[in-house]
Amino acid sequence: MHIPDGYLSPSTCLTLGAVMLPVWYRASAKLKKDLDVKQVPLLSMGAVFCFLIMMFNVPIPNGTTAHAIGATLVAIIFGPWAAVIAMSVALAIQALVFADGGILAFGANAFNMAFIAPFVGYYVYKFISKNALQGSTRQLAAGAIAGYSAINCAALVASIEFGIQPLFFTAADGTPLYCPYGLDVAIPAMMVAHLTVAGFIEGIVTAAALKFMAVQPVTMLQAQTNKKEEVV
Amino acid sequence: MMKRYWLAIAALIILSPLGLLADGTAWGEWGGNDLSETLGYIPQGMQNVQDVWAGIFPDYSIGFLGESSLSQSIGYIIAAIIGSAMVYGLSLLLTKMIAAKKNSTLPCSNK
Repeated sequence: MHIPDGYLSPSTCLTLGAVMLPVWYRASAKLKKDLDVKQVPLLSMGAVFCFLIMMFNVPIPNGTTAHAIGATLVAIIFGPWAAVIAMSVALAIQALVFADGGILAFGANAFNMAFIAPFVGYYVYKFISKNALQGSTRQLAAGAIAGYSAINCAALVASIEFGIQPLFFTAADGTPLYCPYGLDVAIPAMMVAHLTVAGFIEGIVTAAALKFMAVQPVTMLQAQTNKKEEVV
Repeated sequence: MMKRYWLAIAALIILSPLGLLADGTAWGEWGGNDLSETLGYIPQGMQNVQDVWAGIFPDYSIGFLGESSLSQSIGYIIAAIIGSAMVYGLSLLLTKMIAAKKNSTLPCSNK
């Protein structure tokens, strides 16, 4: 889902980058207000988790590959705004160091994977896991469904970004300037990969990590409660 | 508790070469040459930005290690370690800067 440079027009990149500016601003304001300094190392580990999980490419029946993104887990544990920062950091290093995802397309990739994914994941999880016990089947199922939904929404948005390119940006002779595949090709291709394989991986990874962490839950909320107790 | 999580991170790093087993490229992430093989041409706008940035270790491969699957796996692990360290460092730096701003104003809000 890491869109390389050249697949999106400069105007598409610019627009999505401009959309991300207030998102990043709000995210840092939110973190400034809510984040305990003690949570910083754990949140940074969350960013590392996202980075690493994206290295696990899985084969897709149509001959391409895909991977989980980890955004859902970080959004569930630290909230969607913290996940915006964690995912953006992971995406930035991927683009700068490993040329995974374009530099010009950074705003677009951040929009898909660091904004759409964590927010969809967070709210789906919240909706399903309402009042569920920590470590309960419903909580884990909520994580799995949230992961599945989050990555698929991000993939859908990415496929639309790909697919609108030949509609709007063609050379004088009609050949596409950027991504040559329209919505009719991009949406099915991206959605097959994520609905059939990557979505399940994101779901399983999210639920498994929640189970792993449920042994010693360290939600942001809980850390804040502990802090209050210490103060008292 | 943190140790548990670090162990999990270490496990992910060691297992990362599993990600190399999947053949092929993600949809829409082909390089110019792959694309021109299927299309017969490289879209003009794409050609213009092809050399904007090549990264330091493109495709998570440490070039000088060679092409055998063992050295590719080792390279992938090294890339995972380098990347993890950089992500951790950058995230630490950013979030500490953000969180520190708050703490400087805390005494006021406690009054």
